[in-house]
Order: sequence, then structure tokens, then C-alpha cells
Amino acid sequence: MELDSLYQQVILDHYKRPLHKGLSKNSGVQVHHINPSCGDEVTVKVSVNDGVVAEVTWDGVGCSISQASVSMMSDLVTGLGIKEANVILDEFTALMQSKGTSAGDPEILDDAVAFAGVSKYPARIKCALLGWMAFKDASVQAQAQ
Amino acid sequence: MSNSSSPLDTAVIRRDFPIFTRTVRDGKKLVYLDSGATSQKPESVISAEANFYRMHNAAVHRGAHQLAEEATEAYEGARESVAKFLRATVDEIIFTKSATESLNLLAYAFSSGDSLNRFQIKRGDRIVVTEMEHHANLIPWQQLAKRTGAELVWFEVTPEGRLDLSKISELINSDTRIVALTHQSNVLGTINPLEQIVARAHEVGAVVVLDACQSAPHKAIDVEKLGVDFLTFSGHKALGPTGIGVLWGRSELLEDLPPFLFGGSMIENVSMLDATWAPSPRRFEAGVPNMAQAVGLASALEYLTNVGLEKISAHELLLTEQLLAGLANIEEAKVFGPESTVDRGGTVSFTVGAIHPHDLGQYLDSQGIAVRTGHHCAWPLTRKFGITATTRASFYLYNDASEVDALLAGIAGAQEYFKDK
Ligand SMILES: Cc1ncc(COP(=O)(O)O)c(C=O)c1O
Repeated sequence: MELDSLYQQVILDHYKRPLHKGLSKNSGVQVHHINPSCGDEVTVKVSVNDGVVAEVTWDGVGCSISQASVSMMSDLVTGLGIKEANVILDEFTALMQSKGTSAGDPEILDDAVAFAGVSKYPARIKCALLGWMAFKDASVQAQAQ
Repeated sequence: MSNSSSPLDTAVIRRDFPIFTRTVRDGKKLVYLDSGATSQKPESVISAEANFYRMHNAAVHRGAHQLAEEATEAYEGARESVAKFLRATVDEIIFTKSATESLNLLAYAFSSGDSLNRFQIKRGDRIVVTEMEHHANLIPWQQLAKRTGAELVWFEVTPEGRLDLSKISELINSDTRIVALTHQSNVLGTINPLEQIVARAHEVGAVVVLDACQSAPHKAIDVEKLGVDFLTFSGHKALGPTGIGVLWGRSELLEDLPPFLFGGSMIENVSMLDATWAPSPRRFEAGVPNMAQAVGLASALEYLTNVGLEKISAHELLLTEQLLAGLANIEEAKVFGPESTVDRGGTVSFTVGAIHPHDLGQYLDSQGIAVRTGHHCAWPLTRKFGITATTRASFYLYNDASEVDALLAGIAGAQEYFKDK
């Protein structure tokens, strides 16, 4: 079914068993992002040490796409240098804007290529980007500190 | 299950709507259950609008030529149709671009800053709304209160999705100047009890503003019987075009209400330093109006009147009853709003277990079923119920029992689809 291209198993797995969910007690920059069109919300907390993403934790409510995406994002970027994390972020953003014409680079995106199907559903792109945009916001603030 | 008792022949009605000849998502029949957001349009409305452009297009109230005369006649004729539809008089009908604009018009007219404005809201005044308002009937009042220092208070919503009227005399007190509420909730389907609220508002000298977006397209309206002071609805939810809305106000109020938008056509006299205003409704219609859309709206109201609004509401209630009964049989389904069809219209919001409404909506879409998901522009209401979103099905005259069955089957399909993934 066409719908399966959207709801890849790995996405639903992250939705059911999210990673890094629950905000850390450690110090970090915390941001709250909302998708005003549907009401989905995520809070993302990021700590950056010496240019390295030391910890990403989050909490939120929302659809499978938004919650799985933030879960996968937090797992992907933890431990990476900010520059590397931004490369993934840019690649993911480009994938979302590809209108179904790109499969995504698994070398860069790893499991997040599963979101390729989302780019065919314009109403869902914001869901998939919600957590990434929150990460971007928080990591920029964290570096400025 | 079928509604053989329905007073409408939906098969015949559907033939009037060109959109139902197309399919969606790889050849699926379109099951359109999102008329609460916007309705589909019959061919007669589409051609009335197009025909204005084809044959009569000119700026109304302006040119000294035949086309301008015809355009003016068509536009003013549309105003007469709306007046008849609401059982109002012609000079009480103001064309706006939407209900949103109508409500902003009022909120700004109530704060013109003009010392002669008898409607001017001031510090110490009170504005009463309800917790179930669409953002369009909340934010203009909320911001009016902020601009003027007035106090905003609201009727709460009970767990059954009704207004809690137990504190009506404290809420609508002697400081109250405006009571703004929806006739029918766009989320819960609840039809609000106006009589008691209008009586109390008038007792303290407040005006009642009624948001009829979800009622006027579906049930016969008689502004005199409703007793309210202002009423608005959007054309596009009533089979009409986008870009046209209606604001009705009592003529003795409109006479004194200051304008909101300034410009051409709304003046009586203009000098470099001052201007005076044309009488209502022209005072409130600055600029060249949405003429073709007004003509399209008149055609839509004619269509609704010909079918019969009593029949339309009765038909929608049968579908609502069928859906509520079907949802009651789905253990995981939870309905937000009245579970009976008493004082209720054909809008049903629900959730299904842990399936997020956006995911449910996406599955239904894959089956050709169009519903709305989210907070439905009534965020404080969904928050009140402790949720972020619901799935909403809303009915109109072209929906039938098989589509309710399709929705229920779609819900079962989604439960299966998301079950062990
Ligand atoms: C109850 C209610 N009020 C106001 C509006 C605003 O209507 P419009 O967007 O056409 O101005 C809507 C439509 O979404 C509505 O359902």
C-alpha cells in the first residue's frame, strides 16, 4: 500500500519505543517548538561541550511522524561534532523538500532515510521537521553560550 | 445501515456537484467529510460566479454604463437574497470577505477611539466569550480587551461539551458590553442555548454577537427569532465561493457603528482633512467588493433554500446518529461533544485509542476519506479536554449513510494498520 512508504516500520518502532525521551537533569539549552497547524509539541534539550553534541533529550506529544523523527534525530546527532550534526540536518531538510524525488543518502542520514516517503505528503513535512528545527534552535543557542 | 428515512435524495444532489465525478488517491471514491472546514460547490454556484465575469463584469456603484448597472443590480440582488435567507432587511446585510473579517470589523468598530462612538470599549468594561470559540471569534475579542483594558471572561465547557451556564449572572454582569459566542461548535457539534444568554445580555445592556458559521449553512435562521444583535457567517461553508462573508446587524445599531476599513465607496463627503460616512451597509464596504462572489453566494443560498434547510438538518442528524452509534461500538473510540443528537449538529470529533489523529486522518485519506485533524482552530477547547488534537467528521447535504459506513470501516482499518506495528 502507498501508505507504507510513509509509515516505514523503523518510524513506527521509534514512535512506539522512542529513544532519549524524557528531559535530562544535566545543564543544557531547552527549547519548546510547536506545530501551530496541528498542535504537536516538542521540548528538546541540548548540551554542547567543546563543539560536540554531548546530550540530546526531549519530550513531546504528537503524531507518529513528529515523535519518531525527534527520537531518531536525538539518536543520530548525539556524540557528533556540531558541524557533522548540521550536515545531517541539512541533508534531512533537503530530503523533506524533495517532493518524493530523493531517497536520501543513507551514508549521511542512516535510518532517517525512512522519512523519504514523508516528502510526498506536504502536510506531513512540518511534522518530520519539528524536532530537527528544535535541535537547530537549541544547538545554535548552546554554541552562543 | 442505511437511512431510508432521510428526506434528501443524496444521489440526485451529488450530481449537482462536479467534484464528486473525480476520484482521489489512485481511483478511490471521494468521501468528503470536511464540510465544516469548507463545503463543496454545486455547478450552479460555479457558473453564477463565472457568468458574472463572463457577462456582467464592471465595478458596482461606479460606472455610468450598462455593465456597471447590471453589476450593481446583481450585487444588490445578492444582498436581497441574503436578507431573505436570514429573514432580515436589506440595509442590515454587509458583505465582508469572510466571517473572520466580519468579527474583526466589529472588534475594531468597538474601539475606534472616536469620543462619539457609543460602542467604544473602555477599561472596566467586560467582554464575554466561551471556551468553545473558533479562534476567529476569540482572538479579535481577546485583542480588543488588550487594546482597551477591558476584561475578557468566558463560559466554560462541561465534560459533555455543553456551555456551563451555572454562573451566567456573574459572568454577564452589569459591566458587560459584548457577549460573543458561536451558534454551533465547529469541534463538538454542540448547538448553544441562545435564549437564556440573549435575555441576560440584554438585561444588562450588552450586545450579542453570534458566530453562525456552522449553523447558517445547515439550518434555517431567523435573526428576529434568535434575538441576537450581530450575526456572521462565511459563504464558502454554505456552498458559496471563498472571499465572501456576511455580517448582519440590527439597523439601529449599524446606524451608529463606526466604520472599520476606510476608502472608496464608503463615504458621504471627503475633504483633505476630513470625511463623513455613507449609511450602512455601504459604510462598511470600502473598496470594490467581491462582486462575483456575492453573486455566487446568492446562488448558493438559493440552492439551499430549494433543497430545504429543515430537510438538510434532519438529514445531517440521521448521519450524525449513525456515526455516534457506530463510534459507540468501537471500544477505543472517544467522542468529544454531546453523545446524543439533542441540540447538536452534524459535526463529530473523536479520538481512537492511541492512534494520533494526524495518523488516523492519513490512513482515512489513503481510503479516499477526507476528514480534518488537529485542534480545528479552537486550541483552548482541545487543551481543556486535555488533548492536542481530534479527528473531525462533518456532514452536509451531499453525504450519505454509505459514507458513514466507509468512515467506520476506515477507522477499523486504521486500528488494524497501526495495531502491531
Ligand atoms: C465556528 C467558526 N467560526 C469562524 C470561522 C472562520 O471562518 P472563515 O475562516 O471563513 O473566516 C470558522 C471556520 O473555520 C468556524 O468554523
